[in-house]
Amino acid sequence: MTSPPERPHSDPGFFNRIRLSILTDPVIPRTDAERKRYLFRNLVLHFRPATVPLDTLRFSLTWGLGGMAAVLVLLQIGTGVLLKFAYTPTPVAAYASIQSLVADVPFGRLIRNMHHWCAHLLVLVAVLHMLRVFFTGAFHPPRQFNWIIGLTLLSFVLLANFSGYLLPWDQLAYWAVTVSTGMLEYVPWIGFAVQKVIRGGPDIGPATLRIFFAVHTAVVPILLFLLMGFHFWRVRKAGGLVIPHAPGEAPPDPPKRVPTLPNLLLRETVVAMALIAVVMMLAIFFDAPLDAPANPGLSPNPTKAPWYFAGLQELLLHLHPLFAVFVLPLAAAAALLTLPYLRYESDTGGVWFASRTGRMAGVITASAALVMTPILIFLDEWLTRPGNRFSGLPAVIGNGLIPFVCLLAAMALFYRMLRRRFSASRNETVQTVFIFLLAAFSIMTITGVWFRGAGMKLVWP
Amino acid sequence: MPKKLVDKDATAALPRRHFLTKLWFGLGLVVFGELAWIVTSFLRPRRTSPLAGDFGAIVTAGPANGFTQNSVTAFPRGHFYLACLEDGGFLALSRRCTHLGCTVPWISEDQQFVCPCHSSAFDIRGAVVRSPAPRPLDIYPITIENEVVLVDTGRTIRRSEFRPEQVAFGRGGANKG
Repeated sequence: MTSPPERPHSDPGFFNRIRLSILTDPVIPRTDAERKRYLFRNLVLHFRPATVPLDTLRFSLTWGLGGMAAVLVLLQIGTGVLLKFAYTPTPVAAYASIQSLVADVPFGRLIRNMHHWCAHLLVLVAVLHMLRVFFTGAFHPPRQFNWIIGLTLLSFVLLANFSGYLLPWDQLAYWAVTVSTGMLEYVPWIGFAVQKVIRGGPDIGPATLRIFFAVHTAVVPILLFLLMGFHFWRVRKAGGLVIPHAPGEAPPDPPKRVPTLPNLLLRETVVAMALIAVVMMLAIFFDAPLDAPANPGLSPNPTKAPWYFAGLQELLLHLHPLFAVFVLPLAAAAALLTLPYLRYESDTGGVWFASRTGRMAGVITASAALVMTPILIFLDEWLTRPGNRFSGLPAVIGNGLIPFVCLLAAMALFYRMLRRRFSASRNETVQTVFIFLLAAFSIMTITGVWFRGAGMKLVWP
Repeated sequence: MPKKLVDKDATAALPRRHFLTKLWFGLGLVVFGELAWIVTSFLRPRRTSPLAGDFGAIVTAGPANGFTQNSVTAFPRGHFYLACLEDGGFLALSRRCTHLGCTVPWISEDQQFVCPCHSSAFDIRGAVVRSPAPRPLDIYPITIENEVVLVDTGRTIRRSEFRPEQVAFGRGGANKG
């Protein structure tokens, strides 16, 4: 007879067996080797590299913006799922369900406020992240295609915001969406058809709310989440972030690397905690607006688009709609998409604003745009109202084609001058033109948000 | 017996395989086409029949002699204004601003429709007085039966300018008859 096998001394007990079936590693890794293995074997963390270049941890390279955007998306999913339990997507009941959410549901107001502020922050953070990537030259090969993915993500963020805007079904929502979808009428050939599909009919009604709800709570989150994975994966495939260095110097090769856990994850956690604290403060002290219930017979004065479309709306006041909502946005989108595929003299990845010349040109151009844009807005406001710019000409030409051609000519002239007179490289020239347009658009957005009052007249805020 | 097949005619098998590959590829395209067809027909806006008096139906505005000249009457359910011009003719004007679709109120002191969104203004005939609106207010066809004004709100007429033939007259309504 053989004796039964002796129970080894280290045989785990029942609860330990359950724990070990889930996680074989220690709960808190203590040595670098343990930490690396922990990272590698963890489902959530395994898409991070085991080590990262030390210099990419510098806060002044990324400002934590990409991580912030990811945290905000997670917060939006969390709060959004909760809100979905309290909201009724029909024109008759939507407004009342928001009222009862705010008044009766425990923490309902807090969750709604968080969702509201996260949404605005997400647009802001995503745009700033895009600017950071552009201005540190992080779109050169092999990161070209990730720039495209990033732009697509940004458009999904805008779509999420815009589709969420209608859901409270108050005056603010109804008319902002009326005006924004009204812009589609000026898109040639397909504008009307697209508008009808988006609204689910000729007017904004129950079908529109149904469509916006589905897009906001299913289509956009799914696409956004999938694309985020793709975005992160491409960062990893590019070998991490660009390595920051001063202009004229080469980055260290090979760069000094440190373990991701704890060096990167700790920093990310700090940024996430600080961000969540800011969101909580905003949500506690500032309520998301809820206007009177939507009334299709009464447009409030003024009716404004959401702030991220305010620049476009400001453009609409000055240009013929065909150019303001179709030609110019299309040109801007095409320019952004082709940016990484232009032929540049050098890879400026890791250098803020490409070079010393780039920095100087940027400051001068930005100042020029900050002065010129308000002057142009004033000129257009006082000289040419009412009526068309060049009376006698059709509005499309006088209000559209002529200003558009003038703008293009000015940009081309500016480009040539930078290339010839200042012998700027293409990196610097493209960046300078970008800064000019960015500054002009920012001024128009600010004007649209704060300096437009009743009848869309210029006012002091 | 596959060996025999290969031995006998190895060159004939290749085009057959190419053909089958193409067939699979083609069937794949058909599947995608079907999917696209199903999704687009599922999502296509449906036509709903409006209730009597609501927007989209034929709205009975009232007896033609019940409107005073140079007046504008709002029909909120029908989404239009009935303008009675100074010569007694009628125009059914859409309340949607042609700029971006805001609802334009009638300001009777100024005898103008003024859009609160971007301050476009239209006169009583719907013609543009102040841009940015690119064209006059849309109109709906009017029929006057037994001196009763009927407006077909299911058929929107876009126009590039005001023309006298757009105005509808009742029997009592002046020269046109």
